[in-house]
Amino acid sequence: MSITYLEAIREAQAKALADDPRVFIYGQDVGEFGGAFKATKRLAQEFPGRVLDAPISEDAIVGAAIGAAIEGMRPIIEMQYADFSTPGFNQIINQAATLFWRTRVPCPITIRMPSGGLAGGGPFHSQCLEGLYAHYPGLIVMTPATVEDAYSMLLEAVAIDDPVIFCEHKHLYYHLKAPALPTDAMPVGKARVARAGRDLTIVTYSAMLHEALAAAEEIALEGEEIEVVDLRSIKPLDTDTVVASVARTGRLLCVGEAFPWGGVTAEVIARVATEGFGLLDAPPQRLNAKDTPIPYHPDLWSVHRPNANSIGAAARNLLRM
Amino acid sequence: MRDRLHPMLHSEENPRTPEAPPPFPAQYLKAYRFMLLARVLDDKIASLGRAGKIHGGVFLGRGQEALSAALGMALRPGDIFAPLIRDGAGRLAFGEPLLDAVRTCLGSALGPMRGRDGNVHRGRPKKGLLPMISHLGAMISVVNGALMARRFNHVEGVVGAACVGDGGTSTGAFHEALNQAAVEHLPLVLVVANNQYAYSTPTRRQFACKDLSDRAIGYGATPHKADGTDLEDCLRVLSTAVAQARAGGGPQLVVASLLRLCGHGEHDDAHYVDAKLKESALGRDCLQVAEERLLREGWADSEALLALRQEVTREVEAAAATAQREPAPDPFKEDWCALSSRHLREIFEAPIPSIPA
Ligand SMILES: Cc1ncc(C[n+]2csc(CCOP(=O)(O)OP(=O)(O)O)c2C)c(N)n1
Ligand SMILES: [Mg+2]
Repeated sequence: MSITYLEAIREAQAKALADDPRVFIYGQDVGEFGGAFKATKRLAQEFPGRVLDAPISEDAIVGAAIGAAIEGMRPIIEMQYADFSTPGFNQIINQAATLFWRTRVPCPITIRMPSGGLAGGGPFHSQCLEGLYAHYPGLIVMTPATVEDAYSMLLEAVAIDDPVIFCEHKHLYYHLKAPALPTDAMPVGKARVARAGRDLTIVTYSAMLHEALAAAEEIALEGEEIEVVDLRSIKPLDTDTVVASVARTGRLLCVGEAFPWGGVTAEVIARVATEGFGLLDAPPQRLNAKDTPIPYHPDLWSVHRPNANSIGAAARNLLRM
Repeated sequence: MRDRLHPMLHSEENPRTPEAPPPFPAQYLKAYRFMLLARVLDDKIASLGRAGKIHGGVFLGRGQEALSAALGMALRPGDIFAPLIRDGAGRLAFGEPLLDAVRTCLGSALGPMRGRDGNVHRGRPKKGLLPMISHLGAMISVVNGALMARRFNHVEGVVGAACVGDGGTSTGAFHEALNQAAVEHLPLVLVVANNQYAYSTPTRRQFACKDLSDRAIGYGATPHKADGTDLEDCLRVLSTAVAQARAGGGPQLVVASLLRLCGHGEHDDAHYVDAKLKESALGRDCLQVAEERLLREGWADSEALLALRQEVTREVEAAAATAQREPAPDPFKEDWCALSSRHLREIFEAPIPSIPA
């Protein structure tokens, strides 16, 4: 028996629906069809009336979720792709994110965003918007990189009283498998040392974790040990774990699949520079996607975002600095 | 095949007064040819997709060719056209080269999108053919803006057309743009292909009005309804709507009823499509309906139609063969810059010289 990242997301939603009558799922094609990626497969049949197909109206989808949350429900929204959350952006950042701060009424909604690239996805089916959402006060942004985290963090997202942007990576849906669902979980807001090392720290999250781990294994053959930190959630961001790792290695490389301007990698470096400047033996480095829209052709796409090769090259370069 | 066509169809050899429209059967046959070309092209793209030669999704317009071709034919060079996913026929009728389609699907570096964007996301803005983004409803206001620019520049007699599906009518963008077009009294023709489904979602989960065309009144647009399975009806309705917009009648909302005769994309078996709908008049294949009409009226015989199909197939095969021989975009030579103001470009220094892996 093994379970994929996608199945874990499906199972977490099934458990949330079973455990809490306040939970419902709303999104395009999530009903009988089971969602564009099958993340809600059979949930409409198993939980009649609680898994609803939405019109193609992202603004109204999020707005309705907020209204239901005010009335005490705990909606899970599926965006068909993270890219299509932008017509709902206003409701997310101006309504959901500000509600508690303005009124003391919490807004417990979970917005699932199938994120990131698959070859051939092109500019509008590949985006990573976590940095954009993390920019806004009032939102929690989760970026699970493992099957276990996909499951336990989604359950936690539903339980949390604040709006959660849940960035699930499409490339991991089918590629990533675990023997079973987890029985316990790390708390949200804690990063995890995914690989111990002494020579350099790579801080990353989501699908880039696996590229970074592959690069670290290769470099291990050359005798250098890279520590890889999986942020798990980018907001809150576990600065302590990152700084502790940099204290051990003295070198920092941040890797993200999102566009290079600002974002998670810049935030991590800013924090380490502020809180742990003296720990650094070399200038901190970062690796992101290129500063262009995401290209369609796989030959362009595979170079547009970081991968094990480019991460390995960046790490080797930093080791020599 | 010429000889086998009804003599009336040789319109060039039958000169009439220059302003007179070509005779109806000639229009019909011309539209049929675009429909057939689009269908054969779709079949080729589907087979390239099955052979693993297409990256990402494969989206077809099967069942929507009559509506799409009728719209493309009602437009003229100089007009503005924002087609959507299932408008292969309309694109061809508007003048999009066949090669643009195949090259974009195959990601050829020589195509209009240079491998940067794919499949149906293609166009030539300077020729009035706007390249869709995926976000549904987003193209309509862009057409509005292009029409406003024409008005600023005192260019008259222009029409802008945008296509959208039944699902796309639920977007805020659709509402904003149709209202905007009405407020500005723009010559917009907004064509809704109500193919009964948005991916798996049936229209009853998409809208609750009796008829989408009723919405036109609320916006201050003129409603039109068409039977999307019947080429004659499509030709009549679209030419009327386009003519009214051109004559200063303001925005026109055309709602055509039909059925999507394929999956949402080729990955989708469309098992959720109601069997009753497939057997109903809506489920008719517009191409077959048109073919039967051509034969029944004696506007073409079966040998002529066969010859036409062969001719069209040769065209498609030639385009596919050309595009398949063409180079893929080269990441080493790619200009990784999204700005046209090159001097304002920012370089994000990678921790390694930016060598593609
Ligand atoms: C704003 C937005 N939300 C979601 C999607 C994902 N999506 C792509 S096509 C589609 C269904 C479209 O249905 P319809 O408008 O009826 O067009 P059809 O596919 O039937 O031609 C959806 C939901 C999208 N492209 N844009
Ligand atoms: Mg539809």
